[in-house]
Amino acid sequence: MIKSYANFVVRYRWIILVLMLLIVAGSGMGAKNLFFNNDYRIFFNKDDARLKAFENIQDTYTKNDNVLMVFAPKDGKVFTPKYLAAIEDITERAWQTPYSIRVDSLSNYQHSESVEDDMSVANLYENGASLGSDELQRIKKIALNEPLLVHRLISEKAHVSAVNITVELPKTLTDEKGVVTKADPTKLVTEIVASVRDLKAYVEKTYPELTVYLSGIVMMNNAFGEATIYDMSHLLPITLLLILVTVFLLLRSVSGTIITLVVIIFSLATAFGLTGWLGIELSSPVMSSPIIIMTLAVADCVHILSNWVAQMRKGSDKYEAMRESLRINFIPVFLTSITTAIGFLSLNTSDAPPFRDLGNVAAIGVMAAFFFSIFLLPALATVLPSRVKQQDETKTLKLMASLAEWVITHKKALLVSIGGLALVLIALIPRNELNDVFVKYFDKRIEFRADTDFISDNLTGIYNIEYSIETKNSGDIANPQVLADIKKFTDWMSEQPEVIHVNTVTDTFTRLNKNMHGDDPNYHKLPESRELAAQYLLLYEMSLPFGLDLNNQIDIDKKSTRITVTMKTLSSKEVLAIESRADQWMSDNIPELKAVGVSPTVMFAHIGMKNIISMLSGTTIALVLISLILMFALGSWRYGLLSLIPNLIPAGMAFGVWAIIDGEIGMALSVVTAMTLGIVVDDTIHFLSKYRRARVEQGMAAEDAVRYAFSTVGIALLVTSVALIAGFLVLATSSFKLNSGMGLLTAIVIAIALLVDFLLLPPLLIWWDKWLNKGSRLAVEQIK
Amino acid sequence: MLFKQTLSFSLAVAFLGLSFTAQAKAPVENAQQKGLRIAKEGDAKDIGFGDTTANMIMTLKNRAGKTSRRVISIKTLEGKGDGDKSLSLFNQPADVKGTAMLTFSHGLKPDDQWLYLPALKRVKRINSRNKSGPFMGSEFAFEDLGSQEVEKYKYNYLREEACGQGWKCHVIERTPAYKYSGYSKQISWIDTKEYRPVKVMYYDRKNALLKTLNATGFKQYLGKYWRPSMMSMVNHQTGKSTTLQWSNYKFKSGLSARDFNKNALAR
Repeated sequence: MIKSYANFVVRYRWIILVLMLLIVAGSGMGAKNLFFNNDYRIFFNKDDARLKAFENIQDTYTKNDNVLMVFAPKDGKVFTPKYLAAIEDITERAWQTPYSIRVDSLSNYQHSESVEDDMSVANLYENGASLGSDELQRIKKIALNEPLLVHRLISEKAHVSAVNITVELPKTLTDEKGVVTKADPTKLVTEIVASVRDLKAYVEKTYPELTVYLSGIVMMNNAFGEATIYDMSHLLPITLLLILVTVFLLLRSVSGTIITLVVIIFSLATAFGLTGWLGIELSSPVMSSPIIIMTLAVADCVHILSNWVAQMRKGSDKYEAMRESLRINFIPVFLTSITTAIGFLSLNTSDAPPFRDLGNVAAIGVMAAFFFSIFLLPALATVLPSRVKQQDETKTLKLMASLAEWVITHKKALLVSIGGLALVLIALIPRNELNDVFVKYFDKRIEFRADTDFISDNLTGIYNIEYSIETKNSGDIANPQVLADIKKFTDWMSEQPEVIHVNTVTDTFTRLNKNMHGDDPNYHKLPESRELAAQYLLLYEMSLPFGLDLNNQIDIDKKSTRITVTMKTLSSKEVLAIESRADQWMSDNIPELKAVGVSPTVMFAHIGMKNIISMLSGTTIALVLISLILMFALGSWRYGLLSLIPNLIPAGMAFGVWAIIDGEIGMALSVVTAMTLGIVVDDTIHFLSKYRRARVEQGMAAEDAVRYAFSTVGIALLVTSVALIAGFLVLATSSFKLNSGMGLLTAIVIAIALLVDFLLLPPLLIWWDKWLNKGSRLAVEQIK
Repeated sequence: MLFKQTLSFSLAVAFLGLSFTAQAKAPVENAQQKGLRIAKEGDAKDIGFGDTTANMIMTLKNRAGKTSRRVISIKTLEGKGDGDKSLSLFNQPADVKGTAMLTFSHGLKPDDQWLYLPALKRVKRINSRNKSGPFMGSEFAFEDLGSQEVEKYKYNYLREEACGQGWKCHVIERTPAYKYSGYSKQISWIDTKEYRPVKVMYYDRKNALLKTLNATGFKQYLGKYWRPSMMSMVNHQTGKSTTLQWSNYKFKSGLSARDFNKNALAR
């Protein structure tokens, strides 16, 4: 059957070429549907309880998508007429940011104070340029004593200050005629960022003594897109070049290299075209798939082309050589493609949708690469002119032969040392710490990361937890008992070592109470009665200007209030720790008002563990399916069982190595085991099938069968592994940590897999020879 | 001033002595002049209402679909030579019951406002130039509800178009002339026959569409003065909305300036 397929492909090569072009064009048209989603929320399931709670908070109060602009004066002094005037100017201009609904800064902070027995509410200052030193001192004193400002808009040392722009990304856009269209969030973010960067450029030109730093949720979302663009423009060309050089060195054939290039391009076009047709959103993790697909497609091409070239070197013409190569390679290439695809498809159990997408896109790409390798590749190869020089390959074969001898001679030592190493490394796995810190998803090449680091070192944290405290009745937010409980909670929170700032409405109430009593410091406490609190609040709210209202802190029914806790840079573990401490404190002290802590920080802190648990089932499914395929391919359940060792140990050892070189794992790395399973199993398939053929069919002794396996597939395994390692190492240089970590760990897994297949598997085969061949002994003896 | 909201965007009384017939004589009227003329004509339609009382139910709705209610009764006194005076008494929510707000609206000068706080038994002046913030957490700002004196805006006539119910409307762009407005401009629809303010679209300071106000259920009182029974404000940026339901309109019930001073607040 395979033979008639091989004949068919070679005979109808022109028709196949045309068909392939049609297929790639048809699927490739799906690319018009592709769109990139840079919203960090895509990392969570739509029905994720914490995401829902978070969205509910945003629907009850206001969104907190923001751009935080931080301005550092060179002389480190914020309270100068020049700087304050600049902040005023910048604040005014910040209102022009598209989709902004609120701008907070030192200059428009609504300071309330008692003036002639009335409460005055006004901007903290106006006309900064004309302020005298007394006024500067007064403003400085107010600002540095205001809990709403310190560690939020002004640093404690008064050396940097911020303008915070809150934006509301509309789901739909309404034009002047009232026509409503759906909004593309990525475009909205791009628009906002362009405007904010214009403002930054303006500031740097107008106020050269100021350095500007940009952070916030909007900038983070934008960084997802920018990291991907950076990767696409830097990593893809390197991968391509690397692949072409490797293929050329291996095949020494220009046309073989061109064919590989065409197969790669067709596979990518088909994968992404189908992605478009299927309506899968592109995201930063999905965008690691081009490199993965390219790398894996090369393996298929190399297997078929190297045999083809070898046949021609032996003297066959290019048609005959191709028929032979297809006959030998069809089954292994098919099996390895299927197992690799299964590995990727198992990512569908991941809890993070972008990784499910990545798995599906990569699986489509792998199968497309298989399809083009068995149809397009032979057709192209037999159409293109090709010249092949006679070449002596004995040198490399000799190398493999001596490796085989060395392994056989030292089999006991290898068993002990590799086995011991494996045990040690696996024992190190628990030393890895779960950590998903979204800021650290970007490395320092990405501006967002560098700016955010500066901001967290100098002004405020970028990690926060929000609590929406819900009371029983409308208006209860003014209930003195409720306010006292909230204050107890926020006071406790402020004392926690992780906490930098707590934004709470109780601070507003205590200030208003003081204002209403002629700024008497004795009244810097919560109002005594519900009516007083409600009426103070009403008076205060009546005095606030556009955009600076309390709707972001108090709901419309005055029934619930939002508390925002800003924290230092914490690991996921520490975030979870403070979250559960707060939970416990609330249960013990204010059970009636207990609220769940939510925020992107909390969601990312949970996702690593959630993803690891959800990937356990995916890994198990992939393992069972792949082992079944192996048992079938090898025709023996004993060999299938044995294959578990070289298939599973590499991932285990790799996580041990990871504990030494990095030690932080998160949602991206939790998918590596399942993903690499399908790839490392390829080596095992090739090695074991050759070994078994020699041992069982040809009746060689175990040692001789090992020698045979090394000499037949040793080189191919080495070359494809090196190519895969190189490809994933390129991915490891990604500016996006989810991709770079995954690339590096995958490269380590593949390297260890090669090591295990060469150094541990053969001693095991010899050691367990009797058991392995129990069922087939008869057959062996018959052959003898 | 809320009182007058009625008039809301409509127009309040202004310069009684001003004769617009003189203006109408201008040979060729440009868009600015035409806009101003119509604003003044609309304003003139309301002259002589004397005083009004009315009840208002304000219903707030957030994006999560939750609603919250405030109940306010409002008295308004037509201003002579200056803007209107108004007194709003809050009945709901319970913890601000009895709170009352007195407003003397002016043209370009900031309005004067006092709030009586029953829990404190004191009248406090609202010491702020800000008229752009939300009124009681709603989507209405002071400046939307307050007396719409003609001189608070610069006008630009845009076009005439159908505006539902078989009505025709003047479409006029208004640019706030006072410094502390939250808007860059407003586009208002005023029906050509009775000068009823049907709709206003508000643009924020970056000139993006912020809110749309629709007024419906207009009724005529004393055979002359039109008031809407329902006003609905939708915030396009946040998805929140607020409706005002008006009832119990009474005109010329003999209120005088004595009903609109600080002493009247506590009553």
